[in-house]
Amino acid sequence: MSVPLPYYLALSAVLFTIGVVGVLVRRNVIVVFMAIELMLNSVNLTLVAFSSFLGDVTGQALVFFVMAVAAAEAAVGLAIVIAVYRNKPTVHLDDINILKW
Amino acid sequence: METFDIVFYIFATLTIVSAFVVVFTKNIMYAAFSLLFTFIGVAALYVLLHADFLAVTQILIYVGGILVLLLFGVMLTNNVVSVDIKTGTLNTIPALVAAAVIVGSLAAVFYMTWSTVGEPATAPTATTRAIGELLMTGYALPFEVASVVLLAALIGAALMARRTRKP
Repeated sequence: MSVPLPYYLALSAVLFTIGVVGVLVRRNVIVVFMAIELMLNSVNLTLVAFSSFLGDVTGQALVFFVMAVAAAEAAVGLAIVIAVYRNKPTVHLDDINILKW
Repeated sequence: METFDIVFYIFATLTIVSAFVVVFTKNIMYAAFSLLFTFIGVAALYVLLHADFLAVTQILIYVGGILVLLLFGVMLTNNVVSVDIKTGTLNTIPALVAAAVIVGSLAAVFYMTWSTVGEPATAPTATTRAIGELLMTGYALPFEVASVVLLAALIGAALMARRTRKP
């Protein structure tokens, strides 16, 4: 393993920032979901990198839980999107404002 | 520069470039398919980090589960034949400011702390057995809670996405 740890950390920081920009910039709900998955992936990459460099497998167990929660989040989120789409046929975030008064 | 470094740079570039495409492309289908390459790049980086089990799990869960779910969401909420599949962006300037703040704080933390982590670990070993033992001993309760969370998400998603019956 010749690539040092900071390279992995910098890579996952860049990936996280791309995800943040995606959440803030895009107006399509599904693309926002994809950006959230990007952020979760970058955090997973950080955990795996630390786990591998510290020789401790606990980080990889945490990645397992993050994956489980990511799967649950994607399923419930897409169900909400589809339920909203049935009532109001749009996936644009600035059009979904029925909770605003 | 040895082969390991070259492989790392190839997959890091693949991950970053495809993540850029996910966020900045106009076409949602292109975003979904380049998300596939992001997931594969991250899985390859897991392999480079000797996390073999997690690399396979990444492919199975993210590519096989979440990406297919996202594609179903795209297909169900977009009229594919119309131009509605293309979407724009908003709030570009505030988002760039917030991203600059985040990347600055991440870089600060990373610059202040990276030297405290030692040299890379030993020779690669299989991690599956160690993860399994950890999940069944020290993390048994979170493991069970995760299964309950997944069950609740399954039922809730099916309930919400189902067409409600008119009385």
